[in-house]
Amino acid sequence: MNEEQNPILAVRDLRMGFANGVRHAQRVLAAVDGVSFDVHAGETLALLGESGCGKSATALSLLRLLPAAGRVLGGEVRFEGSDLLQLPEADMRAVRGGGMAMIFQEPATSLNPVLTVGRQIDEVLEKHLRLTGAAAQARALELLKAVGIADAERRLSEYPFQLSGGMKQRVMIAVALAGNPRLLIADEPTTALDVTIQAQILDLLRRLQAERGMGMLLITHDLGVVAQMAHRVGVMYAGEIVEEAPREAFFTEPRHPYTQKLFAALPDLSRRGGKLETIAGQVPPLSAMPAGCRFAARCPHAWERCREESPAWTDLQDGHRVRCHWVEEQQRGESRHSGESRNPEAHPWIPAFAGVTVAVERLLEVDNLRVHFPIRRGFFQRVVGHVKAVDGVSLELARGRTLALVGESGCGKTTVGKAILQLIKPTEGSAVLDGLELTGLSRRALRPLRRRMQMIFQDPFASLNPRLSVGDIIAEGMSALGVVGRAKELETAIGALLEQVGLPADAAHRYPHEFSGGQRQRIAIARALAVQPELIVCDEPTSALDVSVQAQILNLLKSLQEQLGLAYLFITHNFAVVEYLAHEVAVMYLGRIVERGTVDEVLHSPRHPYTRALLSAVPSPRLDGSPEIIRLPGETPSPAKPPKGCHFHPRCPQAFDVCRVNYPEPRQASPTQVVRCHLVAP
Amino acid sequence: MLAYLLRRLLYAIPILIGVNLITFALFFIVNTPDDMARMQLGVKRVTAEAIEKWKAERGYDKPLFVNAKAPGVDVVTDTIFFSKSARMFVGDFGRAEDGRDITKEITSRMGPSLAIALPTFILGLFVTVSFALLLAFFRATYLDFWGVVLCVAMMSISGLFYIIGGQYLISKLWRLVPISGYTAGLDAWKFLILPVLIGVISGIGSSARWYRTIFLEEIGKDYVRTARAKGLSEITVLFRHVLRNAMIPILTGVVVVIPLLFMGSLLTESFFGIPGLGSYTIDAINAQDFAVVRAMVFIGSVLYIVGLILTDISYTFVDPRIRFE
Repeated sequence: MNEEQNPILAVRDLRMGFANGVRHAQRVLAAVDGVSFDVHAGETLALLGESGCGKSATALSLLRLLPAAGRVLGGEVRFEGSDLLQLPEADMRAVRGGGMAMIFQEPATSLNPVLTVGRQIDEVLEKHLRLTGAAAQARALELLKAVGIADAERRLSEYPFQLSGGMKQRVMIAVALAGNPRLLIADEPTTALDVTIQAQILDLLRRLQAERGMGMLLITHDLGVVAQMAHRVGVMYAGEIVEEAPREAFFTEPRHPYTQKLFAALPDLSRRGGKLETIAGQVPPLSAMPAGCRFAARCPHAWERCREESPAWTDLQDGHRVRCHWVEEQQRGESRHSGESRNPEAHPWIPAFAGVTVAVERLLEVDNLRVHFPIRRGFFQRVVGHVKAVDGVSLELARGRTLALVGESGCGKTTVGKAILQLIKPTEGSAVLDGLELTGLSRRALRPLRRRMQMIFQDPFASLNPRLSVGDIIAEGMSALGVVGRAKELETAIGALLEQVGLPADAAHRYPHEFSGGQRQRIAIARALAVQPELIVCDEPTSALDVSVQAQILNLLKSLQEQLGLAYLFITHNFAVVEYLAHEVAVMYLGRIVERGTVDEVLHSPRHPYTRALLSAVPSPRLDGSPEIIRLPGETPSPAKPPKGCHFHPRCPQAFDVCRVNYPEPRQASPTQVVRCHLVAP
Repeated sequence: MLAYLLRRLLYAIPILIGVNLITFALFFIVNTPDDMARMQLGVKRVTAEAIEKWKAERGYDKPLFVNAKAPGVDVVTDTIFFSKSARMFVGDFGRAEDGRDITKEITSRMGPSLAIALPTFILGLFVTVSFALLLAFFRATYLDFWGVVLCVAMMSISGLFYIIGGQYLISKLWRLVPISGYTAGLDAWKFLILPVLIGVISGIGSSARWYRTIFLEEIGKDYVRTARAKGLSEITVLFRHVLRNAMIPILTGVVVVIPLLFMGSLLTESFFGIPGLGSYTIDAINAQDFAVVRAMVFIGSVLYIVGLILTDISYTFVDPRIRFE
């Protein structure tokens, strides 16, 4: 951006930490250690990093909004001429929401549930612009229109619970803009949203920034979002910025080994069949930060100097700088160490699908599955309608194969998974596992079949009982289903399972809270594997995990499939994961599968307009990667009142007359690709 | 909303019938009219005739549920259940053992009970919420720490101590207000001040500690961080954002007891000599007057059901997310 112009925000050597322990034995563990960056007007700086790297803590320190245990330890935050860390609290309040505003990750919980939308905008106008009454009302209305909320007048008097997730985030943005801020801090603004909504919100943020010439500090873990939004990027690792670069240089030539690893860990079609690059080890805990480079223990290029001496900044060109000894030496022309290093791109791929013959032995066959939840109303609680969560889903899955069920939140994909396992009773239709009809079976008759089908859930923090040891969690299923009888055998089996998922056998005696997110998901996988199932329904198993951890879990799932011939029904909203892991894909919209086919067909020649829009909305972590985004108007309608005709027609850019009347029958686009769309010739 | 309330009221009917039947079983089957007569007449020198006479005078000589000898509808109406229990549905509680009309007694004693219970309730709610809010404002400071210690100490001390200590200090030593008694009309205030004050103080410990927890839980939520990010002052954040949300669990917890305020307080009323329903109940228990106890048990359960319905209604007022359909 404009280098000669003064930055609106200049952060120098910011250090903050969290108080740990009780009163007298208290010490402060540094979570952000010497972070410096500038943000200019009209510029977006993205702070990229995995969970726990200190990026949110940095943002909250700027506004001095740290949680109770947080302490700013030093440094300088210069914003419009004053050092925010020295300001009295009363002056700081004029900055918050006025000069500098913030939007948060979770729009559902970040708005006050008992105040109207209008009230929540008004209080900013009142505080910072001294607007009240009709003037404030008019301004609030303008703001809602500016963030693209239809029917803004009505929305002013509504409560947050009456709005969809995307609209709530728009309201959050309106609240943030109300004080005419010069700097907007966006902390993972789209992480909780669906991709089509994410595309809308990112568009909106870009447009508003350009109109107002605001500076923006974007906190994210998503390389795709960075590619779309950022002018400059700062990569954070363990409380430090390790690389800073303009967008182009960052994507064409990332230099820090950590950044390179992050790119390599992204699942992608080009890596299909091979293993994903993972980062060995873990981020060092705050209590035991190494003296040298913090990434040294996990770095493929590290040598003694890295472990002893913290690297200083090495300037490359045009504002691209890196904190790395290896890069510094390369830069000085001493390629002494680069020789022994491995280029991450040169990772030996296992050739794609070599030797895997396409098994056709069908394991699971689902036909016309429906799950309808009744809506009851009135004095007699009559059934006045149904939420058709799943409305006629048919699919097949063969042994050793993965079918990805893709769709946005609320499309019914999780319900399909649960209904197949009979965890929810289907209203209609059949699910046949290896020739055995599952629907209509009694609990008792289902019990022996539970051995053959298992589920892995999304949130490894909530799905493991915190009061049971890991060993007990794994043993529970085995003893309930009579897989292993004697105690001695059980112990050996648990140890073997833990090793199979890459955990030490002695983990059995510990409790879930002692493990990180990725390790917990491994425990959940071991629990599912314990009864030796043939089918595993994986419900978004990696969406709560960081990219590098996600890569580990995906690799594990893939190798387990190769070893054990497992079939996966993989429920996800993440296309990158689909590309890497799945053989076939089914795309769901409002309770029905709208397109189904092999991975290549669906991802590379999608026929349904919804699939196309969904694919184009996924932010690509490349500079030129994303073609024009197909923007879908509005949001997914309620499954209680699906639109007449094709459910998708109100949002479809190509809808015509027939679409408004008839739901299209399945049409064969190729021997393996089935599409439900009038545009496809029957 | 209306349909929902109607349904709730209809649900109340079987509950009340159940309560009525259980009370009936307790007072007439477990403790038979013969036992009652023996108790009233004195256990030692009592003859069978005297018992029969006592029962006949009070209508306890009839069969429990079915009077096979009676003509017509009297088969079911000329029974103990119908004359004693079923009539409670229409507010007819019959007579006490001393011959006084219970319904009349209850209506006249309601006033003094409410005169104590209502101010105690309102003032108590105000004081505890304010105290809890103060602790929440000064969270993680020494004030908060010692405030919680004080709460725990206050809730560990028996209510009797506050009553006796208060009477000794304020009435006996300082002679500010009378120790006990009651008078009708506006002059009642000097009899009410002490019991109300003691009622409020004895409730602070447990409630304030609980409300403080609710406030702290709300303060940790994301929307509070949003409110601070808007540049609002801590006081505004606390009153406009935190208090409103915290009032949802607080109000719904206290609304249920509002109807029960009519019942008065057993302990306070008997210690301060207030002629309310609480002391009425205590006296009836002492005098083994089961007609009165039965009436009070039944009224208590009716009021509790009313309280639960009021709680549901109050939800819709404090929480816009809840609309009953």
